[in-house]
Amino acid sequence: MDNLLSITIAVMLLPLAGAIVAGLFGKLIGRTATHSVTIALMGIVFLLSIYLCNQIILKGHPAIDATLYHWVASGPFQWDVAILLDRLSAVMLLVVSFVSLVVHIYSVAYMHDDPGYERFFSYVSLFTFAMITLVLANNFLLLFFGWEGVGLVSYLLIGFWFQKDAATAGGLKAFIANRVGDVGFILAMAVILMVFHSFHYSDVFAAVPAMSNQTMLFGGHVCSVITLICILLLIGAMGKSAQLPLHVWLPESMEGPTPISALIHAATMVTAGIYMIARMSPLFEYSEVALSLILVIGATTCLLMGLVAVVQHDIKRVIAYSTLSQLGYMMVALGASAYDAAIFHLITHAFFKALLFLSAGSVIIALHHEQDMRRMGGLARSMPITYLTFAIGALALAAIPPFSGFYSKDMIIEAVHLSTTSGAHYAYLCVLAGAFLTPLYIFRAFFLIFHGKKKIHGPIYENGWTTLIPLIALAIPSVMIGGVLIYPMLFSTPHLLGDSIFVLPAHQWLLSASASYHGALSMAMTAKASTPFWLALIAIAISWIVNVQHASIGDHLKSVFHRTYAVLVAGFGFDRFNECVWVRGARALGAFFYQVADLKMIDGFFVNGSGRLIRFISNTGRLLQTGFIYHYALVMVIALLFFVGRFLLGF
Amino acid sequence: MIPESYFLFVSALLFGLGVAGIIINRKNLITVLMSIELILLSVNTNFITFSYFLHNTVGQVFVFFILTVAAAEAAIGLAILVILFRERGNIEVDQLNTLRG
Amino acid sequence: MFFHPALLSLLIWLPVLGAVTIILTGGDHHPTLARVIAGVISVANLLLCIPLYLQFDPQSVLMQFTEDHLWISAYQIHYALGIDGISLAMIILTNFTGLLVIFAGSHSIKVRVGQYMAAFLMMQGMMTGVFAATDAILFYVFWEGMLIPMYLSIGMWGSSNRNYASIKFFLYTFLGSILMFIALLYLHIQTGSFDIGHFYQLHLSPNIQKFIFFAFFLAFAVKVPMWPVHTWLPDAHTEAPSGGSVVLAALMLKLGIYGFLRFSMPIVPDACAHLSGMMIALSLIAIVYIGLVAIVQTDMKKLIAYSSIAHMGFATLGCFMIYDIVRHTSGSQDAYMSLEGAVVQMISHAFGSGAMFLGVGLLADRLSSHSRNIQDYRGVANSMPIFAAFFMLFAMSNVGLPGTAGFVGELMVIMSAVQAHFYIACISALTLILASAYTLWMVKRVFFGMTLNREIGAMCDIHGYELINYVLLAIGVLFIGLYPEPILHVLHASVGHILSLSIPAVS
Repeated sequence: MDNLLSITIAVMLLPLAGAIVAGLFGKLIGRTATHSVTIALMGIVFLLSIYLCNQIILKGHPAIDATLYHWVASGPFQWDVAILLDRLSAVMLLVVSFVSLVVHIYSVAYMHDDPGYERFFSYVSLFTFAMITLVLANNFLLLFFGWEGVGLVSYLLIGFWFQKDAATAGGLKAFIANRVGDVGFILAMAVILMVFHSFHYSDVFAAVPAMSNQTMLFGGHVCSVITLICILLLIGAMGKSAQLPLHVWLPESMEGPTPISALIHAATMVTAGIYMIARMSPLFEYSEVALSLILVIGATTCLLMGLVAVVQHDIKRVIAYSTLSQLGYMMVALGASAYDAAIFHLITHAFFKALLFLSAGSVIIALHHEQDMRRMGGLARSMPITYLTFAIGALALAAIPPFSGFYSKDMIIEAVHLSTTSGAHYAYLCVLAGAFLTPLYIFRAFFLIFHGKKKIHGPIYENGWTTLIPLIALAIPSVMIGGVLIYPMLFSTPHLLGDSIFVLPAHQWLLSASASYHGALSMAMTAKASTPFWLALIAIAISWIVNVQHASIGDHLKSVFHRTYAVLVAGFGFDRFNECVWVRGARALGAFFYQVADLKMIDGFFVNGSGRLIRFISNTGRLLQTGFIYHYALVMVIALLFFVGRFLLGF
Repeated sequence: MIPESYFLFVSALLFGLGVAGIIINRKNLITVLMSIELILLSVNTNFITFSYFLHNTVGQVFVFFILTVAAAEAAIGLAILVILFRERGNIEVDQLNTLRG
Repeated sequence: MFFHPALLSLLIWLPVLGAVTIILTGGDHHPTLARVIAGVISVANLLLCIPLYLQFDPQSVLMQFTEDHLWISAYQIHYALGIDGISLAMIILTNFTGLLVIFAGSHSIKVRVGQYMAAFLMMQGMMTGVFAATDAILFYVFWEGMLIPMYLSIGMWGSSNRNYASIKFFLYTFLGSILMFIALLYLHIQTGSFDIGHFYQLHLSPNIQKFIFFAFFLAFAVKVPMWPVHTWLPDAHTEAPSGGSVVLAALMLKLGIYGFLRFSMPIVPDACAHLSGMMIALSLIAIVYIGLVAIVQTDMKKLIAYSSIAHMGFATLGCFMIYDIVRHTSGSQDAYMSLEGAVVQMISHAFGSGAMFLGVGLLADRLSSHSRNIQDYRGVANSMPIFAAFFMLFAMSNVGLPGTAGFVGELMVIMSAVQAHFYIACISALTLILASAYTLWMVKRVFFGMTLNREIGAMCDIHGYELINYVLLAIGVLFIGLYPEPILHVLHASVGHILSLSIPAVS
């Protein structure tokens, strides 16, 4: 027990040590030493994570729940920095440390020429620390620490190239959009503390069933406490996991270095919201309203962002919108109470999306930081390995059996199909549409990049092995992990995640799906009977025809549906709306308060006004002082007469 | 016997003349000094009157004091006046308003 | 009790003595000597705080390290000192900030060095006195005494508009304090004493309480500052030398909160309970309105000044929310966190904003125009990477990121706000967005981007005293953020005591 605890703490702190070494002493010890140290530490963390996973999941070691130190004790409350390593966090730990390790290695080549090399490694390690903290927290407070920590590092990394205005603007936008979500999260924490008097997961979850009927007066309406908490938590998750309408920051975040897009904005940080809701399943299960809301928001994000992805030209933005859409899938799974399926998709997505990003990064390096797909084409021959890995990623994303994405996505669609939570029908239609759109956009990108005519002159070379090994390392799980994990994740008893996830008996849609499950292989073989599979194939075919065979069709469609096209290119106008209403609104309001209320009213009228009033009175009063003796004498006489008269006559 | 009110009346008249002299006069500063003398004289008259009618000599002693002070004051006043004239070239009351606020 | 040879008096008068020595030994004619004396004294003072902290008994609610001598017998005025946990924290903070300011000044002040050092030492002594006084008149003397060196520091070492700013600062704060003085005299008449402890035992009628509340309110609200009497602060901050800004932000604003805690709430609890709605509204206005105003500032110091006002809104919110929390919940237990959060907020705010003011000061020192305008800077991170890294940390503390000092107080206040009313929590939580918007937008415009001109490109990174200051502050920010318990530890009993005095018996 003690042994496992110290290993867990080591897993948490080693990345921090790496970050400190790289950040404070990076310039001192040089580039090679910096990446050696951080990669070595990440390697250790990965190995330790395997060990922990093995202990917790395969050996069935009881979950570790330990307090490290008391953070704040105030009045009746005591808040601890305390960790929980159970099945869910062990799985997440493994995913995070693996992807992080791969990205560390990949960055050696990718960031080779960058002057901020040491800083970059420091940030990536710091991110890993924050993410692991988030995953290992056993209470809402430490969760929030990690939650904000990853937000901070994401901000720093998006703005990594701080000389580029677009990068720093993207970072700022990401941070503020995340903060909007955090308002929800912190309010959720406050309500939780008020209702449950504790931040500790186990205390809260234990008390939920008893609280499920409790209501509170909220703005004149009676509202279930659990629903309130869940909706507030959902707002937090919407910020972090970039769900509509707080998704606007994710496309901008692509201004950061590509390894970061892979690690933070695809594999780990953006899935923190998904992880959080899965972790809170005992809460969400008791709120039908919140589940429906999750379904609707997730489904809408899935559909709309899939549509937007189709019209992007920047290779990274395509993948970014695809991430949004896939996060929508995970949300839908959560809404359908298929938490295991959501985490399953989170894992497979982490691998294949990181793979896609890193492959895209490989293309980007080879083309000397060219990201516009319209200027690419015909790269398949010159970059065979990247071509292959991108293809694997795309197939996995498109849910083609037997690639990993197929299993997870199919189960989500299945679960939504069976779900009776209100909004599930809508969500089902959306995810079906998504299943059509996903292959459409990703194969559009694939064909534009690797097929067709070569548009770049001069030789193009495949990258070196430091770039390719991470790709291959990610390609393998992208192919395999779905088939391997589907049974233990979803259908075995107990599930891989075991009691980390709680599902009400009435919401066991996945259980009903298990009746038709006869092994991973047969599931892949019988895919031809399912709608999503055929949708995907049609989409790939369309993509092939439009992008490779008859490129003119695309232009023709564009001119026919130019209005729709404009809406899609504008991303449904969310950015414009935010810019016009929130950003300009806040500035205008601030300027009004400052110029009118502060400067004119308070300062001008009251403060300086009182000064002016006094000056006016004295200016008037001093006119009495003429300087002529006879005036003074006259006043004296009048006063004298007045007082004498008053004395004598008594008036 | 002349009743005391007659004396007091003269005194009040002198006082009034003095005050009027200060207030009304706009021309010469010397007139102001003379008016002040006049006011002091009216006070003296009052002192003497009451001293006589109340059979108390203290009043007459005071008159001597006042005469002395008035003389000194007139001397100082004239001295200032001379310097003022040298400095400014005129001693018209209308021009002397350097104390104006 | 432990042996303490007038430790508090020593803390108060040692800097004052130092100031006098500097003036007597030639002051401005021997700048190096002045720097050395000031440095030695401020270090000595900070060292003296160590026995103060170690010998302090955090379990006791009584005043500790007490000293009591009759001063003016005719009016029963005593030279009475003593501290509880809140004062202890504030005194340590004062002496810590004093050290920073002396260090910062010895680098950047080139004219009238002796007078500068003397003024800041004097301020440090007076400030310590305010926190240590347990006699109302002594408190008042220190309270006003502190204004003079501050007034001088703005007026003498300030920038272009310093006359307006210093007079505005003085009149604003003085106007407030006069009414407080009248209230103190009234309380003296009622009790026959100037001992603050005796004031607590008064049971005044509700109407009288209201009058006294407003008299105190004006004095303390100006200091905090609360909307709408806040407009002196941006001007004073902008014009003050960076040391002055640091003292203003880190300490002087806290006097207002301290006054509320020490005077308003325990002496006139019924009036406070009655008027808590107004105070909460003003605090929320400070948080949202001032946050919005901060966004549009073009002057860095003004921006940070406005952000200080917004952060102080949390402290006043935490103070006056307790009445609503008690009204809504059964016991006073839940209100405890709110009050403690307010105290923590006022301590933690000192680090973040103090550091940011220092930063703006040293940026302006490096530019020949001494401009503080955001638009005159760009890409500072290129030439000053270490400074940029530090500044980012302090900016994050200002934003209220977990793990930094700024988070602790805000979290505690928001957590308790929901018990007063859900909407109070909602509005106060908006600071998460606003603070990140104004702080990080400024950071973006000043530090990021391509370097604007050659002068910025040639700026040298922080070194020497600047680096020492920043390392000290960074340690403070991270320590409070990651492990606030040692600070809370000394506060618990005292906050509980004030809470019990401040909650009227009826509720």
